[in-house]
Amino acid sequence: MCLAVPGRVVSLAERDDTRMAEVDFGGVQKEVCLEYIPDVQVGEYVIVHVGFAIQRLDEQSALETLETFEKLGILDEEFGDGFELAARQAGVEKVGEETQR
Amino acid sequence: MKYLDEFSNPDLARRLLDQVHAATTQPWAMMEVCGGQTHSIIRHGIDQLLPDGIEMIHGPGCPVCVTPLEVIDKALAIAERPDVIFCSFGDMLRVPGSGQDLFRVKSAGGDVRVVYSPLDALRLAREYPDRQVVFFGIGFETTAPANAMTVYQAQRLGIENFSLLVSHVLVPPAIAAIMESPTCRVQAFLAAGHVCSVMGTTEYPPLAEKYEVPIVVTGFEPLDILEGIRRTVLQLESGRHELENAYPRVVPDEGNPAAKAMLTDVFTTTDRAWRGIGMIPGSGWKLSDKYADFDAEVRFDVAGMHTEESSICRSGEVLQGLIKPHECAAFGRECTPRNPLGATMVSSEGACAAYYQYRRLDLVEEGAHA
Amino acid sequence: MPELDFDGWVCPLPLRDSPSIVMGHGGGGALSGELVEHLFLPAYGEAAAAELGDSAVLEVGAGRLAFSTDSFVVKPMFFPGGSIGDLAVNGTVNDLAMSGAAPLAMSTAFILEEGTPMADLGRVAEALGTAAVAAGVRLVTGDTKVVDRGHGDQIYVNTAGIGVIPDGVDIGPTRARPGDVVIINGEIGVHGVAVMSAREGLEFSTMVQSDTAPLHGLVAALLDAGVGAHVLRDPTRGGVAASLNEIARAASVGFELVERQLPIPEPVTDACGLLGLDPLYVANEGKLIAVVAAEDAERALEVMRNHEHGKQSAVIGTCVAEHPGMLVAKTGLGGTRVVDLPLGEQLPRIC
Repeated sequence: MCLAVPGRVVSLAERDDTRMAEVDFGGVQKEVCLEYIPDVQVGEYVIVHVGFAIQRLDEQSALETLETFEKLGILDEEFGDGFELAARQAGVEKVGEETQR
Repeated sequence: MKYLDEFSNPDLARRLLDQVHAATTQPWAMMEVCGGQTHSIIRHGIDQLLPDGIEMIHGPGCPVCVTPLEVIDKALAIAERPDVIFCSFGDMLRVPGSGQDLFRVKSAGGDVRVVYSPLDALRLAREYPDRQVVFFGIGFETTAPANAMTVYQAQRLGIENFSLLVSHVLVPPAIAAIMESPTCRVQAFLAAGHVCSVMGTTEYPPLAEKYEVPIVVTGFEPLDILEGIRRTVLQLESGRHELENAYPRVVPDEGNPAAKAMLTDVFTTTDRAWRGIGMIPGSGWKLSDKYADFDAEVRFDVAGMHTEESSICRSGEVLQGLIKPHECAAFGRECTPRNPLGATMVSSEGACAAYYQYRRLDLVEEGAHA
Repeated sequence: MPELDFDGWVCPLPLRDSPSIVMGHGGGGALSGELVEHLFLPAYGEAAAAELGDSAVLEVGAGRLAFSTDSFVVKPMFFPGGSIGDLAVNGTVNDLAMSGAAPLAMSTAFILEEGTPMADLGRVAEALGTAAVAAGVRLVTGDTKVVDRGHGDQIYVNTAGIGVIPDGVDIGPTRARPGDVVIINGEIGVHGVAVMSAREGLEFSTMVQSDTAPLHGLVAALLDAGVGAHVLRDPTRGGVAASLNEIARAASVGFELVERQLPIPEPVTDACGLLGLDPLYVANEGKLIAVVAAEDAERALEVMRNHEHGKQSAVIGTCVAEHPGMLVAKTGLGGTRVVDLPLGEQLPRIC
């Protein structure tokens, strides 16, 4: 459940005393209710579910997470299991490892 | 889409998969709670790429799947009324009730409309002051804030021809119920990321401790799912059972305080029957007394309806991870996406539908009936 | 708003004082006649036949005819990049082109709801006429009926089209063979997203414009270049998924798509992400799938890319002997998934 996608707040507005915003999702823009993230500013990212911003997206955190993924295999090669590394470099699979179908 | 597409990077996915393979030394069974996660796993073929020993048990995290038959029948009864405009998320339109579904009510003349947001239903209520506009408020904690705000606005602005048919369900009681079941095979959980965006993570450490299961808050894109699985495997292999947050970019520990405040105001906890599982105490939300005037069950006098479930449908066992979809005798025969018996075949997240849509190839090759 | 000829009126009052369609416009009498004379014919321009008998008489010579029919009920009627008028012409022409036919003539029959604004009908007729001139197809006969208010939905258009198939051309869904290459002439999901963005209840802003276009020129270019096209299909409702499933079943073959090779523009990916839709199921216009013999694939791509309606042509998959009747896709991560025939309309989801 819970299809929520990240978008950037482009402009703020008020309708019936309710905080709304125009949010940009790349090639698409939609009006979103901001009542649950009342202090969000133009330029910030939020995640949107059924027309509501339900949480901020922490850009710094996102970049750090991606960086962690980038570093994953590399750290192993530097500090990991020597046999495993040798096997991988030789193109031989480790015993018990699954073949990619 | 920025901050979405990057999390589908195939090279990084390969690295995460390698890590999972390297870390797995024995079989493990874990459950991804959320239907959106099930959808992502199967749609990207992640379950095919994991080590053989890792079993993903598809959880009941599909509000469409678990909406009680009784509630669907109430929705149908309300939607049939000529004075009603019945609004719903698209997901619910094909869910079968005892006799029919919302699509058929529509073709028989009922005014049934698909909306993207509950606010669209409120807008319709203002546009058609002489009609009754009812919104079908299903969903987990992720969707509840949207429904809450809508009924709050209705009350504040005096939009009296609007009402809400509520059937919200909650994740933590579901996890507890699954672990309490004597036939439970689940050893770890990937918690629903967007539910935690709203509610935070504080409800989960007590569950992890009580049932001795790792719980890893996980997102929905391929890299997020793989990272959730990776951290889960590491915990299982080292005998730990803690709460971990693998989706920090949108899950702060405290969740969304403004949303939680609104939820406390608009809803109260109630016992809820989950289709295919049964009654789980304190596992649902209904409208609080303050908003009773906007409760569609009361307004349309359907509160007393009771219904029985299909006898050959084994959704419940599938939802609990006790059987695989194709092990049900009705799978692919009496029960197909075209003619679903239970909600697990209707919703695209339902394990049975996912199996039917995406995995028929494997089943055909294995010689299983499909 | 087209230039209405007020001087040739039998009785100027009915049309001039009628800003909208009334029952009489479907009655076959003077009002109907005026609608044809003063709204449809001027709007159709060069594409319209001069004579207006009960039926059109056409010279076709020997050979085979392609014959198609379609009804157009799109809502909203006007959307970014086009209208129901454009679809009526291009949709008909493309149906004929998918058999390899050059379009000859088509009919236009209107079912109008009482109360439809005349200005809207004028805009639709004008779009129809312009599209017909651009496609080089003649509008040779037509009909108008009016139904009571509330018993229709503004404008429905039905068309029938006739085209001539050149000798030696044999294109049809049963001709697909394992080893064939699947090519699409450009980006997918565009029309569906454009229409959705204008639809009430879903409104979102996007730069996406419908890709409606006549494709018989592109098809002719392929045939002229000697490309052995086995199947041509325009992936309209149900998208690429529906088309390939249908061909797979007709020919008892399988298809394998490679998701990474699908040309999908970013706004379409984003709109689909927002609503929870799969671009493979989103409707296209101005697009065709060509299933060609492997040895002709490179030539086909070259010819298509040189044509105005094929600049972004791409190979998206292959025809295989395995899993007959099924379409399977290789995901970005290297896994596989079955892409089934859509059950009905794809609906936005929250899950």
